[in-house]
Amino acid sequence: MKYIYFVWKNLGRKKIRTVLTILSIMIAFLLFGLLRTMGSAFEMGAELAGEDRLISIHKISLIQPLPISHIAKIAGVNGVEDVTHASWFGGYYQDPKNQFAQFAIEGDKYFSIYDDLVTLPDEQLQAWLKNRIGAVVGRATATRFGWKVGDRIPLISSIYPQENGDRTWEFVVEGIYDVKDEHADSSAFLFHYDYFDEAKSFGKGTVGWAIVKVEEPEQSARIAADIDALFANSFAETKTSSEKDFAASFAKQFADIGLITTYILSAVFFTMLLVAGNTMAQAVRERIPELAILKTIGFSDFAVLNMVLAESLLISIIGGALGLAAAWLVAGAMASQVAAFMPGFAMDVSVILLGAILILSLGFLTGILPALQGMRLTIVNALGRR
Amino acid sequence: MSVSESTEALVKLTNVGKTYKKGKEPVAVLSRLNMTINRGDFLALMGPSGSGKTTLLNLLGGLDSPTEGELSIAGQRIDQLSSGQLTRWRASHVGFIFQFYNLMPVLTAERNVELPLLLTNLSKKQRQQHVAAALELVGLSERAKHYPSELSGGQEQRVAIARAIVSDPELLLCDEPTGDLDRTTADEILKLLQELNRTQRKTIVMVTHDPRAAEHAKQTLHLDKGALITDDSVAAVQVAGV
Repeated sequence: MKYIYFVWKNLGRKKIRTVLTILSIMIAFLLFGLLRTMGSAFEMGAELAGEDRLISIHKISLIQPLPISHIAKIAGVNGVEDVTHASWFGGYYQDPKNQFAQFAIEGDKYFSIYDDLVTLPDEQLQAWLKNRIGAVVGRATATRFGWKVGDRIPLISSIYPQENGDRTWEFVVEGIYDVKDEHADSSAFLFHYDYFDEAKSFGKGTVGWAIVKVEEPEQSARIAADIDALFANSFAETKTSSEKDFAASFAKQFADIGLITTYILSAVFFTMLLVAGNTMAQAVRERIPELAILKTIGFSDFAVLNMVLAESLLISIIGGALGLAAAWLVAGAMASQVAAFMPGFAMDVSVILLGAILILSLGFLTGILPALQGMRLTIVNALGRR
Repeated sequence: MSVSESTEALVKLTNVGKTYKKGKEPVAVLSRLNMTINRGDFLALMGPSGSGKTTLLNLLGGLDSPTEGELSIAGQRIDQLSSGQLTRWRASHVGFIFQFYNLMPVLTAERNVELPLLLTNLSKKQRQQHVAAALELVGLSERAKHYPSELSGGQEQRVAIARAIVSDPELLLCDEPTGDLDRTTADEILKLLQELNRTQRKTIVMVTHDPRAAEHAKQTLHLDKGALITDDSVAAVQVAGV
């Protein structure tokens, strides 16, 4: 610690070079923070998925509907505790760019099955159950559009016109739900399936997918097989999987975000290794006579190694911490903007921890070669080079 | 040979030699050198380039090791010390003063002087006291907060001297300490070295090309081709094999 002042002062030796290097590292970690947060948001559905929930979809694809009669049959499968369904509405608010998820759901079952993630005041739930065109909106979407309980919200469906040909569906906000985990989706717009099924012009008597709550999670694989076997060779065969697998495969329909972010970040960090490594190598090369003087007055090889490494780590820590802090601020500011298509967009502590590991690794890797060079230099030769 | 009339030996070289390899060829820079430097001496080492002055200074300072012979300083055989032991030994026994001062440009004068004390167990307050005393001794107390770039050459050399003496070593080794200074400033620095020798009892070995600088020393030795010659050039001290 006695050397830290000296290490700190050395950073100011070439101010512009140090600032540019720190800025490069900062940008790299800003990118890291945002890309990892984005990747996590895509994967968060799988992370938050309940172990006791299964999802049944049409065997051909998610966009093929299931007959609602499947729901009652699934309820009869041994080990199923409860079952409900949801259907994709595919609408927008006022402008096509105002996209967010809207689901037609069944009564209060949806909330009881998802009570580990979602919370809704009971009076709002009761009000919603009583209002046929009522809707429950996630906090993020309510905040985004400034909606409050009692507001009448017209949504335009890109998929379902009403029987009268009108694509505009009117709803009344009866409740605003919150989530128990900051990464959970608080952007959905939920409304009554009965209203939706009666009013839509086609696809009546069908649902998007079934949500199955099982009595014992250990039995999930067997129950999923039983459900699929139940509808084998029917006109609407099912494909049942755990909610986690369903969420993961749903996310991968967009792209393998995790893989893409890993590739991008690998390239960024490889570049950073070269940039910061070159800076450190140059800094040590310029200072060889000074390092020799330090050794002359009694600093050990190990002390010199530590000082160069400490300098490299300090640059990395300053740049990395600034980058992560900037990412945290930007992610916070972006969260409400991207909530519609990336619910749960929030920088997780795991991103900060991984970032911290990367910061230390970057500092070590960029500093170790110059530090070894400083450690190994011989005083007589180094002073002779002056 | 003894280079002083005083009797208390601080440095003793017995048949010390130093050979470098240039390619595959060995080059003897110093061969079988015998000499004794007593405590309180102020010795000037002169000689043409390549005569081995700096090599001898490096050996005395533990910056390099002899390839043959025995080298004792304050009763300790430093030719037998490992690199790490030499480093620790240097920190407490020798102060170095260079031609180009070799101060750390990013540190103020007082921080430069403090550097050797970072290797000790002194508290920050104790270190500050030592630094203040050293700077006062060289007459630079009022420049303590200045960076080397804000000091004149003479002032920089005074800071370097303060750094060399701050840990109170017995032996000061000076490599052309006035080589980069004008005559007036050089005289001031040499007087300061004389004062340190006289009042602080520092033993000083100074390599110089400048006969006027050498006049400030108590004794002058001449080296030529690794051979040691007495200051009055009357009798060449035999260095075997040279």
